[in-house]
Amino acid sequence: MSAELSQSLARFFIGGTIVSFFAVLAEMFRPKSFAGLFGAAPSIALATLGLTIASEGPDYAATEARSMVLGAIAFFCYAAATSWLLWRYKPPSLTATLSLMPIWFGVSFALWLAVR
Amino acid sequence: MLVGARVSAIKGIKPHEWIFRFIFGGAVCVIAGLIAQHYGPVIGGLFLAFPAIFPASASLVEAHEKQHKARAGYDGTNRGRTVAAIDGYGAALGCVALGSFALVFEIWLPRFGPWVVFPLATMVWLTVAIGLWLLRRRVVHKSRKPLAS
Repeated sequence: MSAELSQSLARFFIGGTIVSFFAVLAEMFRPKSFAGLFGAAPSIALATLGLTIASEGPDYAATEARSMVLGAIAFFCYAAATSWLLWRYKPPSLTATLSLMPIWFGVSFALWLAVR
Repeated sequence: MLVGARVSAIKGIKPHEWIFRFIFGGAVCVIAGLIAQHYGPVIGGLFLAFPAIFPASASLVEAHEKQHKARAGYDGTNRGRTVAAIDGYGAALGCVALGSFALVFEIWLPRFGPWVVFPLATMVWLTVAIGLWLLRRRVVHKSRKPLAS
């Protein structure tokens, strides 16, 4: 098995496990405003940064983390817009979350263009 | 009660919901890795804060709330969507903590290494998330005027 494939498999299993773990926490806690905190948990970062450090080194991972700050700002805009839309107009949650996904892409790439 | 945890809620998660979350979470991590490999760490890093779990969790929150109300004989459609909106509000607060996690990584990883920075960043994430939630709760409670007697 090539190193690339084995790393992708490791990412898949570690990522799936960590994302499922935070999903369980989000399901368990009440009130829902508190449980929602786990919807923005650093699950992908926890799953992948360790492997990145092992394969590419800490400086490469630190560069990824710098961009992650921009992604987090974009996520904030996206989550706030979704929350407002659901509260105000009450569309189905899946429709609201998927249709507003371009906000995350737009804000994160706009911020990347602004700071690069 | 300020915050409560119901372990019994885990039993309510159906097998296909577990599988969906696992596969989706795993797939997003693989895609984030491939993007970093092809386009470099700057673009790849953006995807470390991709809202991987949020759409699925919001729709499941709505579905569970609807089922809960249906068992009591009510149509819980509106209630389910309101609860999903509250969940989204919590996620927005969580994003500030997510950004703090990333900042800790960026600043201290090259100096202290992963064994120090992983637990430190996780603690910072948890502290900022819970701190913001408590602060918001306090502000909301303070802004509510007492009823005139």
